[in-house]
Amino acid sequence: MTRTRLRSAGLAVLAAVGLGLAATPALAAGEAKHPRHAGFSFEGPFGTFDQAQLQRGYKVYREVCSACHSMNLVYFRTLGEKGGPFYDAHAENAAQNRYVRAIAAEFEVPGIDTETGEAILRPATAADAFPNPYPNATAAAAANGGAAPPDLSVMAKARHDGANYIYSLLSGYQEAPAGLAINQGQYYNPYMAGDMTPFWSGDPEHVPYGGFIAMAPPLRDGQVTFDDGTEASVDQMAKDVAAFIAWASEPKAVERKQTGFAVLAYLLLFAGLTYASYRRIWKGVAH
Amino acid sequence: MSDHESTYVPKTGVEKWLDTRLPIVRFGADYMSLPTPKNLNYWYTFGGILALCLMIQIVTGIVLAMHYVPNTAMAFESVERIMRDVNGGWLVRYVHANGASMFFIAVYLHMLRGLYYGSYKAPREMIWIVGCVIFFLMIATAFLGYVLPWGQMSFWGAEVITNLIGAVPVVGEPILIWLRGGPSIDNATLNRFFSLHYLLPFVIAGCVVLHLWALHHAGQNNPVGILIPKDRQAKDTVPFHPYYTVKDGFAIILFLIMFAYFVFFNPNALGHADNYIPANPLVTPAHIVPEWYMLPFYAILRAIPDKFGGVVAMFGAIAVLFVIPWLDTSKVRSMRYRPQMRTFFLIFLVVCFGLGWCGGQLPDAHVIGDFDTFILIDGDLNSYLWLTRLLTAYYFIFFLVLMPLVGLREKPLPIPASISEPVLSPRIPDAAETPKAV
Repeated sequence: MTRTRLRSAGLAVLAAVGLGLAATPALAAGEAKHPRHAGFSFEGPFGTFDQAQLQRGYKVYREVCSACHSMNLVYFRTLGEKGGPFYDAHAENAAQNRYVRAIAAEFEVPGIDTETGEAILRPATAADAFPNPYPNATAAAAANGGAAPPDLSVMAKARHDGANYIYSLLSGYQEAPAGLAINQGQYYNPYMAGDMTPFWSGDPEHVPYGGFIAMAPPLRDGQVTFDDGTEASVDQMAKDVAAFIAWASEPKAVERKQTGFAVLAYLLLFAGLTYASYRRIWKGVAH
Repeated sequence: MSDHESTYVPKTGVEKWLDTRLPIVRFGADYMSLPTPKNLNYWYTFGGILALCLMIQIVTGIVLAMHYVPNTAMAFESVERIMRDVNGGWLVRYVHANGASMFFIAVYLHMLRGLYYGSYKAPREMIWIVGCVIFFLMIATAFLGYVLPWGQMSFWGAEVITNLIGAVPVVGEPILIWLRGGPSIDNATLNRFFSLHYLLPFVIAGCVVLHLWALHHAGQNNPVGILIPKDRQAKDTVPFHPYYTVKDGFAIILFLIMFAYFVFFNPNALGHADNYIPANPLVTPAHIVPEWYMLPFYAILRAIPDKFGGVVAMFGAIAVLFVIPWLDTSKVRSMRYRPQMRTFFLIFLVVCFGLGWCGGQLPDAHVIGDFDTFILIDGDLNSYLWLTRLLTAYYFIFFLVLMPLVGLREKPLPIPASISEPVLSPRIPDAAETPKAV
């Protein structure tokens, strides 16, 4: 009887501690809201990129994001690599890919005149990186109220739960709750990192999630016309561009996972054989 | 075991010629036939696993160095270039980056095994001390390597850690400038860190040779913790090959399976997302944390309110390991026969995990729930600050107080006369034997 009571008391204490621990993040000030799950095709060990989605995502980046955000580490040729948005099995290689060449040719990049050596602008080739919208970081900051828009090349790796984070941030802008003082030129987003405590005049126990972001809500319904007829809702565009950035952050992710299966299969077989050898060698040796 | 007779007989003319001039084949053959206690369990496989880890890090590191550019303007981009454009570069880099974590998982288990079975006690003090040197070099190498990708955590980690040197009175400041190659962390720092990161693994490899030399001279410890008497050599030992090559081999493959899981399916799980943001000296990350394997020491550093005191405590936490052979007063090696010490050891294990956990938390954050208790000196009692202090105190008490005291006062269980006995007749209690020096 006493023992049962003791045990249930112990359980109650454990439960209380557990609840306390579980409740901590929800109440802590300065937390961003956990990203929503977009259910991306590339998640999990078997996931692969959806090429149509990557193409739509590239279009959103090209028509919306690239006005302010650079992707310095991404080259046009990467778009035509295996698993990339414009991969063409018939192309000799990524640089010969006709889609890639056409996409690159839409841009002009600084070069020199090969005859005179004078600075000129020339059409980009598959070997060029995505051009930067600003000549340098200072110009980028000056054009954006002092905060340079971050480079998006590896953004999905540079944030926790990157793809879902980008999707949630882009589609998650909200009216600031009453009681939250917003600085001029800033916007409230519950998924942005930050601490709202100094700006909050409401109940100190319920400081809103999230932070301020200098980027105005970049997407509105129908902003992009998708070539495959997909409806360009904010949610859809956010999802597609998040998928594109996830791909750009790690173009070899699918190759990595597929290699992993071969490696694991090999290692498991090797482990089995080695264990059998181990049993055989040690047979009859007491140890 | 050191005086193990060589059984190698050169067969061909070339072997005979070589054997009288440079007996390198004999060296290898003797190594393979080394009599090894036959009761070594899987905790003893981490030595082999660590040798493999070192080789993997050196080989992948040499390849990475062919493509990496140690320049603040290009380092970050060159790492991403390896990930995107170098053939198999993503694999080499992920193996190297996760390899560091795997190396530390293995070394911590290896050290805990040594601690549990008393592998540091006479006549094996030098094996342990050289091992501590290797561990210290590993920490230094890992820290230097983490700076190279030149991400935000690289830069700010280097900032925090080099600043610690500045806390040393009088000489701290000049050493700090010398170490950084200037008044702040910049290109000169990155260049020398790259150079040292390439150098230290070879110093580690040299120490590994000493570690093995000492090991084969003093003979391997075993879970029972007794020296094998001369007349029981034949009964209680087996040749290293094939018995332990196959056992170590099996363990290595299991380890590689875990390694492969991280490399191929979760390669960034053990790193910090902020390190994919290029280093920016003007923007401090919200929360600077070292890699997981440094967290216990980072926690100890932050537990002490005084900066220099924190540095002393952090280095002290490593330095204390060197003198363990003389702190432990027990005559019995293996904790199998030391029930009291085993309890303290298990608490120590929990404390180490606890310190690691604390190292990743904000010191002011509450441990339980979201309520204040009362301010004790400089922080709320319900905070990671005080939990860390409690755990830090136990860490040092374990080595400096419990080890000497428990060794003198405990009554160990009877230890068997040879390692075969508890193995061959596990249920028959050994004739009550008083603990004796072995």
